[in-house]
Amino acid sequence: MTDPPIRILIAKPGLDGHDRGAKVLARGLRDEGFEVIYTGLRQTPEMIADAAEQEDVDVVGLSILSGAHMALLPRTVQLLRDRGMPDVLVAAGGIIPDADVVKLKEAGVAEVFGPGTSIGQIARYFREHVRRDA
Amino acid sequence: MNAITDLGGGGRRPLARLLTRIENGDASVRPLLPELFAAGRGAHVVGITGPPGSGKSTLVNALITEWRKRGRRVGILAVDPSSPYTRGAILGDRIRMMEHAADRDVFMRSMASRGELGGIAATTWIAAAALDAAGYDPILIETVGAGQSEVEIARLAETTVVVEAPDMGDEVQAIKAGLLEVADIIAVNKGDRPGADRAARQLRAMLSTAGGRVERKPPPVMVTTATTAEGVVALADAIDAHRSQARSRVAASERAANQVRRALADLAASRATAAPDWAATLEAVAERELDPLTAAERLLDR
Repeated sequence: MTDPPIRILIAKPGLDGHDRGAKVLARGLRDEGFEVIYTGLRQTPEMIADAAEQEDVDVVGLSILSGAHMALLPRTVQLLRDRGMPDVLVAAGGIIPDADVVKLKEAGVAEVFGPGTSIGQIARYFREHVRRDA
Repeated sequence: MNAITDLGGGGRRPLARLLTRIENGDASVRPLLPELFAAGRGAHVVGITGPPGSGKSTLVNALITEWRKRGRRVGILAVDPSSPYTRGAILGDRIRMMEHAADRDVFMRSMASRGELGGIAATTWIAAAALDAAGYDPILIETVGAGQSEVEIARLAETTVVVEAPDMGDEVQAIKAGLLEVADIIAVNKGDRPGADRAARQLRAMLSTAGGRVERKPPPVMVTTATTAEGVVALADAIDAHRSQARSRVAASERAANQVRRALADLAASRATAAPDWAATLEAVAERELDPLTAAERLLDR
């Protein structure tokens, strides 16, 4: 039997209204064989963590272009840990300065995908890094 | 403590983990089934089906709000289609329901259909049993956007609501066999659009002429506007009222027969595919040495 598909929640935290990138990624990961739960725009870290908990996802992908990433991403990581999901891979995409990437990784964000990253690269990263306990 | 007693605690995490094992067909679920069903509290299982874009998710969202006002804990399983090519899926029903994400008395889970064509996944009935054991009532099952014949939901749900948009087509659509035939309640959604009342009248007129299944009254046809919650109180009332009807002996045994037939087919298929001569038999059918029915008979007779 083949492995069950990887489940990923894609969300747009905060207040920017540009979700084209998130939708393109959702579609691309669908074609890579992922089950993609898309939650839409203007989500709070609490809503994202609550959804991830109910959906029991392997990955939470956060698309953010507003500049509020230092406030919203570490908070989402913390809320997932609080809900007993420390193994969920949290990845971010969007416009995030290199200096912030270091800090985000220290805060528990697994990877940050900047402009120009291909969907194939992202899919490969998730396949290699998703941890599933038996 | 085991997976079933954990559900009684009301925590989301044990339920979410169990649902994953159910969806994945994990071998550890099978021995739990009798206990899972025994732990069920008899929740009202309500199917929400209808064509893509008719507003099923938005209507489910409005129904959640209404049932929360009535103090009910609501469970939702929302099914979207899996790609037959890559097995991937976009599960987008949550977009319309995020306002309830933080409510501890609402549990919503997206499911991919994973190869099933009837509008729900093969494991949806077990997932519904898990929500029941966890104390959610009602349990809403939103199917994939259904065309005319994805009627599998009617075998599982006690009450099936078919959601149509006002521009569903002419009167002949209303007398075709299939989806409308299994409706216990019809909601003409997007009631703020021109033509909604006319569509509802047409449906009522056409459905009153014949009963579909024997001894069945025509289903009530209601007009709703999910975005403003117009008509949603009446719809929730109608669903609640249908509950006792759905629990009549006749309706219950009809549902049981359908469910056992379905389980039989699944069981036969899984045993046959595990037979040692499965591959050889397939080869014989591919080479046209054997017809598919004879092949199936031989596999089952092992």
